[in-house]
Amino acid sequence: MKRTLSCVGVCLLAVLMCSPCAWGKTIKIGFNIPLTGDIPKVGEESKFAAEMLREDINGAGGLEIGGEKYTLEFIYEDNESKAESAVSAALKLIERDQVLAIVGPNSSKQAVPGGQVCDDNRTPMISPWSTNPDTTKDRPWVFRAAFLDPFQGPVAVDFAMKKFNAKKSAVLFALANDYSKGLAEIFKADFEKKNGTGSVVAFESYGDKDQDFSAQLTKIVAAKPDFIFLPNNYNEVALIVKQAHDLGWKGPFMGADAWGNSELMTLCGDDCIGHYFSTHYAAAGATGATQEFIERYQKKYGYEPADVAALTWDATRIVLKGLQGMGKVTGKVRKDRKNLREAIAGIAEVDGITGKMKFDEQGDPIKCAVVVRISEKGEFVFTESVCP
Amino acid sequence: MQRFTVPALLGILLLSLVSLSYYEMIDLYIQSVIMFIGINIILSASLNIVNGYMGEFACGHAAFMAIGAYVTSVLNILLFTKDKFFGPALLPPEMALYFFPLTLLAGALVAALAGSLVAIPSFKTRGDYLAIITIAANFIVTSTIINVDAIGGARGFMGMKKIIYAMEDVVELPWMLIWVILSTFFTVWLIRRYVSSTYGKGIIAIHQDEVAAEIMSVNTNQMKLVAFMVSSGLAGLAGGLFAHILGYINPGSFGILKSTECLVMVYLGGMGSLSGSVLSAILFTLLLEGLRFVIPQINTLMHWMHLLPDTYQVSQVWKWVIIPLILVLVMQFRPEGIMGNKELSDIFPRLKKFYKFK
Amino acid sequence: MFDSIIQNIFNGLQWGSFYSLIALGYTLVYGVLTLINFAHGDIFMVGAYIAFFVATFFLKAASGLPGWVVLTLTLPLTMILTACVGVTLERIAYRPLRRKGANRLYVVITALMCGLILENGNLALLGASRKSFPELVDKVIYTTGAVSMTNLKIAVILSAILVFCLLQFIVTRTKIGMAMRAISYDKFAVPLMGIPIDTIIVFTFILGSSMAGLAGLLYSMSYPILDPYMGALIGWKAFIAAVVGGIGDIRGAFFGGFLLGFVEILVVAFFPSTFRDLIAFSILLLILVYKPTGLFGIAKTTKI
Repeated sequence: MKRTLSCVGVCLLAVLMCSPCAWGKTIKIGFNIPLTGDIPKVGEESKFAAEMLREDINGAGGLEIGGEKYTLEFIYEDNESKAESAVSAALKLIERDQVLAIVGPNSSKQAVPGGQVCDDNRTPMISPWSTNPDTTKDRPWVFRAAFLDPFQGPVAVDFAMKKFNAKKSAVLFALANDYSKGLAEIFKADFEKKNGTGSVVAFESYGDKDQDFSAQLTKIVAAKPDFIFLPNNYNEVALIVKQAHDLGWKGPFMGADAWGNSELMTLCGDDCIGHYFSTHYAAAGATGATQEFIERYQKKYGYEPADVAALTWDATRIVLKGLQGMGKVTGKVRKDRKNLREAIAGIAEVDGITGKMKFDEQGDPIKCAVVVRISEKGEFVFTESVCP
Repeated sequence: MQRFTVPALLGILLLSLVSLSYYEMIDLYIQSVIMFIGINIILSASLNIVNGYMGEFACGHAAFMAIGAYVTSVLNILLFTKDKFFGPALLPPEMALYFFPLTLLAGALVAALAGSLVAIPSFKTRGDYLAIITIAANFIVTSTIINVDAIGGARGFMGMKKIIYAMEDVVELPWMLIWVILSTFFTVWLIRRYVSSTYGKGIIAIHQDEVAAEIMSVNTNQMKLVAFMVSSGLAGLAGGLFAHILGYINPGSFGILKSTECLVMVYLGGMGSLSGSVLSAILFTLLLEGLRFVIPQINTLMHWMHLLPDTYQVSQVWKWVIIPLILVLVMQFRPEGIMGNKELSDIFPRLKKFYKFK
Repeated sequence: MFDSIIQNIFNGLQWGSFYSLIALGYTLVYGVLTLINFAHGDIFMVGAYIAFFVATFFLKAASGLPGWVVLTLTLPLTMILTACVGVTLERIAYRPLRRKGANRLYVVITALMCGLILENGNLALLGASRKSFPELVDKVIYTTGAVSMTNLKIAVILSAILVFCLLQFIVTRTKIGMAMRAISYDKFAVPLMGIPIDTIIVFTFILGSSMAGLAGLLYSMSYPILDPYMGALIGWKAFIAAVVGGIGDIRGAFFGGFLLGFVEILVVAFFPSTFRDLIAFSILLLILVYKPTGLFGIAKTTKI
């Protein structure tokens, strides 16, 4: 009994010891993503997109930096969608795995503390999806690939005023979700600035993991707005739209980038058709690299990628571009990290699949937003592009 | 001489950990794991007062942690840094080193006061009704924090790293590690003194039989009040440390899930066993972090042995299947937790020579 | 204003129905075993997933079937399969502990862990994509003035009331119900009377879990988006509802569920919705402070 146990122990140890000593020249990049917890789908899509990119590069023999080919090694660390786990995951990637850069965390709840850790430990980090200004503010080592809330809110306001001739609006947002709450507040301030105080006739919220919105929607429908603004995650959007229709609402909805998920249409069905939302890229009618990415992803994993997958792809590409811009890899992790940061900050312009972007001095991208319409076929059709 | 063995050992432990991390012999990841172990020890040991020794079923421990975290952080930010909401620093940042323990204590005190609010209904309500009061308290605390924009609301509250930097500017040492270890020692010492004192025997009497205890002239209401206050106060202490390790807090971190983790640690260790709580907190944290390394190995092993199709990867998702499964199995084989209601010295009687545990 | 009050009463009735259905399951198990079955919310989630798989199976296997036939086939199958899940949990996790005479709080923690296993096991096996429940019955919206009702909402409310009456009948009027009450009264004397205690407990779990399965089916028809964590929060809240009603009492769970549903809906209707949880839970706390054993609970006298 004891002998078998020790045998198993020795075997396990051997496996544990052997794995880190990988062969050849590799470059490690860490991914700090939520594979479990509230939003596992976001983590999954990030991982798949990154995996696709890695197979591309490694399939072509590796990434060429300064005349030498390096194979990429991506390490996916689960942050359980919790702030403290994001910190330990980031520390594990930095200290144990000695990664050169970290992609993620995705939502701001983890990206803000995760960014702090990366900035303190001088490791470049790029968050694909976080929209909270605090993530990158005064942190030279932290970048992001998504545009910020203060830009997206006015896009929605202007579009709705033009398209629906809206004078009155209503907002329903998720209280415990800082993305949703922040965007709702920016929208309200901007709409009231342009239409006078009181023009947002209902400003309602709901809690974490709620699925019944009937009371809030009853209040909203009774206030008779011209349209309803829903800065919410797509799974909640599907429920809200259905329940609003049950309560007799026939007007339009306007959404934000969190709508842009392939699952929206399978979950929401016909109820979502004809509504608009602002997002990073329009999947339907996409051309060039964007279209190619969507088609390959769909073929490989069986569903259309959401914006987070596209943003992770772009974020990782930015890191790779930075790596190529470094000139050469010295092998000293600290020095390489520093060179990488300089290289990323020095990137003039990236032509990503979510649009062209360049970084401002805070590490935030300057890029365009698009407004898409959900067509009768359930595709996200490009309507308008808004650039800062 | 033997009386001093334990304090000396603890002192050596503290010194060696601090010097190891000072000379960067152990990296920041290990340091953070050590700090989370310390915080989990404080949490599980403090919840053990109410749930273990007193036999009540409180499941809102994270609420008090949240209160402590926010009070300590707000105080520190208010006193030592320039903030867009709280205005300029009231004291020079160099003072942070000396005031930090005080702010921790202040957070703990406010948390203890909040704990007394929960304790008062417990005079009348018992058992599972009390469980509800604590769960509801947890919901109320998080939803209050979400509604206060001054402390960030759902966006969370940050800036605590500046306090750490201020401390490190005065003396270059891994201060958070020191504070966490000291607080852990303090908590364990305090709880040990408390439950082994004549006064503290009252809470064990309440666990055995509340009516009988009352007749034997134990002031049960006072006992409950004090037990709740000590327990939630220590949770507040853990919260304050937690906030400064992360440098960022968010009401979502103190939800019912965090409370569940505290409960698991207490019952895994055994009700009414202090060493059990300490052990289970260490084991739980190590398990949580260790699986990060083990799961990829399992994945490669299973693919190597062709047990799994190539398309399926064992991902980190399985971590939260494996951990509860291990706990369920532990419960099946040791239905009273790892230690039951025994202490280490009951199992290894020789230890008694080195320290007194009445 | 009047219209929206009527509308909100209907909203509250529908939302309360779900709390009631889940709280009834909690209360049945608690009444017999004094065990807080924290896995119940996740059994509800499993019920919803089972309903999803059964319904899509029938829709695919016999594509010509009209929706209501699929529904009548899905309903009993879901309830039976969910009951199997509940009984399995009882057999492999709770019963051994009970036999060993563990403190009941350890059983509670085991239940909590089983819930986590169900949630995350689901996530690990089925992936992170959410499932969309197929529409089995055509939705009909009845509108009078500004008040809208759907046929589904009426069905939900009616089935909650029906389930309550059925359980009340079983517990108070039948022999097996008498045995259940007897066990909750005295666990040690009952086996001496020749009552097979394990059979009764299994029966209780069958009843409770099949109600969770029913709730899962109805819930996924009303809110057709399934994700692995859907049962966690509603489970906690239904537990709160059951306790406020007076845990262990069928009427208590029923009215507690509706009370919580109404409080949540009406708070949103009359106060800023950001304060919903704050006000709703404060009201519940006040109720518990004034009635420490819940609305229908009877204070137990403790003997020395």
